[in-house]
Amino acid sequence: MTADLIHFFTTNWLGQGIVIFAQCLAVTVPLLIAVAYMTYVDRKVWAAIQLRRGPNVVGPFGLLQPMADGLKLVLKETIIPSSANSVLFVIAPMITFMTALVAWAVVPFDDGWVIADINVGILYLFAISSLGVYGIIIAGWASNSKYAFLGALRSAAQMVSYEVSIGFVLITVLLCVGSLNLSDVVESQRGWFWRWYFLPLLPMFVIFFVSALAETNRTPFDLPMSEAELVAGFHTEYSAMTFGLFFLGEYANMILLSALGAVLFLGGWLSPIPYAPFTLIPGVVWFALKIAFLLFVFSWTKGTLPRYRYDQLMRLGWKVFLPVSLGWVVLTAAVLQFGGWLPKS
Amino acid sequence: MASLDRTARAFLLTELISGFALTLKYMFKPKVTVNYPHEKGPLSPRFRGEHVLRRYPNGEERCIACKLCEAICPAQAITIEAEPRDDGSRRTTRYDIDMTKCIYCGFCQEACPVDAIVEGPNFEFSTETREELMYNKDKLLANGDRWESLIAANLHADAAYR
Repeated sequence: MTADLIHFFTTNWLGQGIVIFAQCLAVTVPLLIAVAYMTYVDRKVWAAIQLRRGPNVVGPFGLLQPMADGLKLVLKETIIPSSANSVLFVIAPMITFMTALVAWAVVPFDDGWVIADINVGILYLFAISSLGVYGIIIAGWASNSKYAFLGALRSAAQMVSYEVSIGFVLITVLLCVGSLNLSDVVESQRGWFWRWYFLPLLPMFVIFFVSALAETNRTPFDLPMSEAELVAGFHTEYSAMTFGLFFLGEYANMILLSALGAVLFLGGWLSPIPYAPFTLIPGVVWFALKIAFLLFVFSWTKGTLPRYRYDQLMRLGWKVFLPVSLGWVVLTAAVLQFGGWLPKS
Repeated sequence: MASLDRTARAFLLTELISGFALTLKYMFKPKVTVNYPHEKGPLSPRFRGEHVLRRYPNGEERCIACKLCEAICPAQAITIEAEPRDDGSRRTTRYDIDMTKCIYCGFCQEACPVDAIVEGPNFEFSTETREELMYNKDKLLANGDRWESLIAANLHADAAYR
């Protein structure tokens, strides 16, 4: 009986499909819950920084607030402007949301806990995160509104600019690891926490984090949705669940980049101290804690910094981050080559 | 040298770090929020809230229909009609305040020679319809009966400064 079941789930196409579907659910459902509670944590952190209390009425400590917000978005009417291209208008948020979810296929949650253990994991992530721009451009164009259009242009230019420096950051890490597989990236950081890449590659970690802020259109780089000039940027015309999908996609992207940061620089599922009892705690918990820490820094940043001007943003991206990260790639490569630390593979 | 210093500071993110440290410090300070419906801030005895029409302790209404409040009201929110009552005293037959016009300046209570119209301490009188904010004499007198003890105490507390 059990042999039959194992046979069904490992060889039959239907069985394998069920397994993959279950794996996807096992990633997506916690992710969406995390997204919901990220909005809550965001609001609580900003409130705390401003000496306020934040949401505290719906449920104990306001914990049901994300549910109430989500319910509100679902129940509202989706308005499609009469001059909008309705097909693209509806597709755009789906693209944003899907690209944010699809990327999770290659993220390792624990030793072997990964849906697709492919050898080009980082490349795949890079490709998918670039696709996210399409959702935003299509949204801005299909809305047929000047605010949405300008917001989309800004957003696209910004994401493309900062993707370049993120690319160089990834290359530096790759040089140290010698593999594009994310599980290998984590394994190569095994040991005490100062062996994680955030310390040896500290400038790159900072650049990665700042670029991640720009990638996800968060403060201080939230120009695409700067209320004072562009109303709400590319999602000005969106309402109800179409807006909700953008919102979910944005937060899922934030969590994704935090996860990427945790994998690349904070040792993924590894525990900071490589001895019991720390190693007995499941890797997923460590991974979640690291993601949570990075997400907290995201909110903290939003509570601290004002918004950049657009030319400052571009200056930082092209005239500071690009040369610095490029220089660091060369430096790292030179040190690895002449210091004899090249990864063996 | 100064530019080198500035560049070094910029690359070491010193200003960012001090800013982040400040917000982190604020995160653990006590909250200043007043949990409004559950807890309320203190009110001055001079607080100008919802209007009331007061009565004398024997139940006689104070207002003598002098119409000073109507005359002084800068928003022209007050409408008064008056005629002599059967016992010969002058009383209002109509005393309306349009609360949607009122700007809560307090001139009416300052103009009143008999402390009949007073702005009480109540500020929670929102309604679901606009019509409910067109107060008439009955409503104002009912308010007076409801808030009399507080208003009398407030007037007494503020009397020394009037």
